[in-house]
Amino acid sequence: MSTATHDSKGRPRIAVTGLGVVTSLGCGKADNWTALTAGRSGIKSIARFPTDDLRTAIAGTVDDPKFGAFSSAAALTAAMAIAAGAEALAQAGVSNSGTFPGPLYLATPPAEIEWPDRRAIYDAPAGSGESGYRRLLAAARGADWPELHALCQFASVAERLAVTFRTRGLPVSVSTACASGATAIQLGVEAIRRGDTDAALCIGTDSSVQIEALIRFSLLSALSTRNDVPAAASRPFSKDRDGFVMAEGAGALVLESYEAARARGAEILGVVLGCGEKADDYHRTRSKPDGTAIIGAIRGAVEDAGIAPESIDYVNAHGTSTPENDKMEYLALSTVLGKHLEATPVSSNKSMIGHTLSASGAIEAVFSLLTIRNGLLPPTINYANPDPEIPLDVVANVARPANVRTVLSNSFGFGGQNVSLVLAAP
Amino acid sequence: MSRRAEKREVWITGLGLASSLGGDTAGHDHLFFGDPVDPAVDETRYAPYPVHPLADLEFARQIPKKSDLRQMEGWQRIGVYAAGLALSDAGIAGDRELLDRTHLAVAAGSGERDTKVDCEVLERLDQQGDAAVLAKEVLPGALRPTLFLAQLSNMLAGNISIVHNVTGSSRTFMGEEMAGLAALEDAFRRIRAGQADIVLAGGALNAEREDLLLGYEIGHNLWRGAHRPVWARAEEGGGFAPGSIGAFLVLESRAHAEARGATPYARVAALETERTARKPGDVARALCELSARLGVPIPTGPLPVLSGASGVAPATEEELSFFETLTARGRDPIVRAYGSLIGHGVEAHLPAGLALAALALRHGQLPPPSETDDIELPLTGPVDRVLVTGVGHWRGEGLALLERISERTI
Repeated sequence: MSTATHDSKGRPRIAVTGLGVVTSLGCGKADNWTALTAGRSGIKSIARFPTDDLRTAIAGTVDDPKFGAFSSAAALTAAMAIAAGAEALAQAGVSNSGTFPGPLYLATPPAEIEWPDRRAIYDAPAGSGESGYRRLLAAARGADWPELHALCQFASVAERLAVTFRTRGLPVSVSTACASGATAIQLGVEAIRRGDTDAALCIGTDSSVQIEALIRFSLLSALSTRNDVPAAASRPFSKDRDGFVMAEGAGALVLESYEAARARGAEILGVVLGCGEKADDYHRTRSKPDGTAIIGAIRGAVEDAGIAPESIDYVNAHGTSTPENDKMEYLALSTVLGKHLEATPVSSNKSMIGHTLSASGAIEAVFSLLTIRNGLLPPTINYANPDPEIPLDVVANVARPANVRTVLSNSFGFGGQNVSLVLAAP
Repeated sequence: MSRRAEKREVWITGLGLASSLGGDTAGHDHLFFGDPVDPAVDETRYAPYPVHPLADLEFARQIPKKSDLRQMEGWQRIGVYAAGLALSDAGIAGDRELLDRTHLAVAAGSGERDTKVDCEVLERLDQQGDAAVLAKEVLPGALRPTLFLAQLSNMLAGNISIVHNVTGSSRTFMGEEMAGLAALEDAFRRIRAGQADIVLAGGALNAEREDLLLGYEIGHNLWRGAHRPVWARAEEGGGFAPGSIGAFLVLESRAHAEARGATPYARVAALETERTARKPGDVARALCELSARLGVPIPTGPLPVLSGASGVAPATEEELSFFETLTARGRDPIVRAYGSLIGHGVEAHLPAGLALAALALRHGQLPPPSETDDIELPLTGPVDRVLVTGVGHWRGEGLALLERISERTI
């Protein structure tokens, strides 16, 4: 039997006591929520590098002046995570003298040397006389690269956050592709349920709008090419959807055991009721045609939450706007929710903020909890031409007031890694 | 009053190991015959960097489909191959029902770049040009979609799911050596707490890559010149010698292993991790604190230790002062820095250490000493437990303790 502090399986209940967010719509919960519920798009033409001749020239870039001029994806990835984390921690008020009493779980994209840096190494004098990678290696040997070193270590973003927020223990960097943000939350939930910690800081962050990443996704034919009206490019569940829009952002959640949060008199913003995950063995970029893996993730989350599927009041969909994802997500939702799906509103935040990749699971969890708290469902914009094969109750184009207590948030990744979360009112 | 789950025993029931010294676990048996072993090192191909190249092996043994092999680059092939070995060794390869609830915890770094394409772009840049424009002109024609998938860290796990049908769940941990620490800790803690019954955990490194060497030379972390064993390198300026390694373990709750009649190698009695800022003395202090946190009694007398020291100074030297503390407490560490033999596997290094420790327990023998001075002493007494250290070259500290399962001596 469940109690105020423990769930029906006898595990500590997981409270959310702090939320922070950065997207192309703005910095912080207030700006984001205003824009999101007004149906505003953060998608625009890319100004960061020249895009002429590229098939896709739009993205949901974060250009907020508080982050300074764009220098590298790695630097912006860290800066956004720090901003979102700081907002969440300020709200939670759980840190003592600036020390967070738990571990960091970070969803972050793989680190890599970007082209401007690769060129700077190539141009360093110590490499002259050699060619190709031998030149790069000779140049690297012949000088010191402290700033670049910090950027190309995979551990570096987590290290900066661990130092900034003085988190405890090993900072954990995780990647499950586009499900990473949800995985970071799941890791925090599991650690608290084990009794390893009373609190966890879970952050998803991603700045991937650099030229090579854009070209790579473009080569996979995954991106929308609607460059003319960027705000109308991302159109989840529409018949004429043609791909996702790359985007940047960060989302942060402070998780605590319900018991610990209540004991210190914290305001409990919501709870994480359950997490489900399932890997796919079908294809590197496509889900199994019968949808078993994503069905497994959704079903797993509902079962972990200990609720009936009919208790789901609203779905914050993965909804990437690719032909494949939206069709498969509908199949999975209808399989698990059955007839109840007809009465369940669904929206995709990605219609406005684009696909924030490693960060999306965390950002959309933040928005899911804001949806519950505000009693207002953010719309799916650009929904003018519904796909008849996806007969969902899409919250079309304008926000809809609704009293929702329990939200399903889906994240499905390239490489077949799928995670669903059930978030609820406290 | 939080109800803590009763702690369950975590067993190792399957191993997959490929390195410069052998293409499978049997290929590493000679490490445990008590005879000297020469490391396999290529000092010329990537000079001045010595690299431990992968032993000759047949990927098709574990990755039968050519279409799968074509979709992967070296690090993924090594990892998927080692993962398959571990599943076969555990007796669960092909058991679709069990694989569907087997979880994956993978330690991964960067995928591989097409260095030819990089060079093509750089050469054109050399004749003046804006980096972004040239990258744009060359890349769309030169990049292969499959290579992008080889670059994503999570795609080792993705390929393991596809090739071996491991689909319970899948998590990829990143952060150099911390990736290995986090992956194994995640698997260990979930099993111990009853959040998982069986996990395939490990990692892979393809050391034979110029783009990988560049990433670590930017931090001047690589050893240059003739190969030297780990402790000697630390004294002579420090640096690691990368080794191609694939290392996977099947970790399982005791109850689950016994129910299916699996033969265990060892019990993972404890695994603890930490991150320090690496101020002088931090590594030694962290290792001492971690050893106290293990919560498992270690009898006085000889204590076999497989050290994951990288050779990078000063962390490697500080690990020695931790061993002195152990001595002062009556535990006489019989240390082997296994990186001297197989090179440094970065993300895969701790998984390789646990695999070697499990083999040491099965053989009742440690790998031979690589240094004849007073650091790597001859083994005296039985191998009933092995302490494995995992100190990252830049960040991350960890300890794992493996024990012989005495009631089921093999």
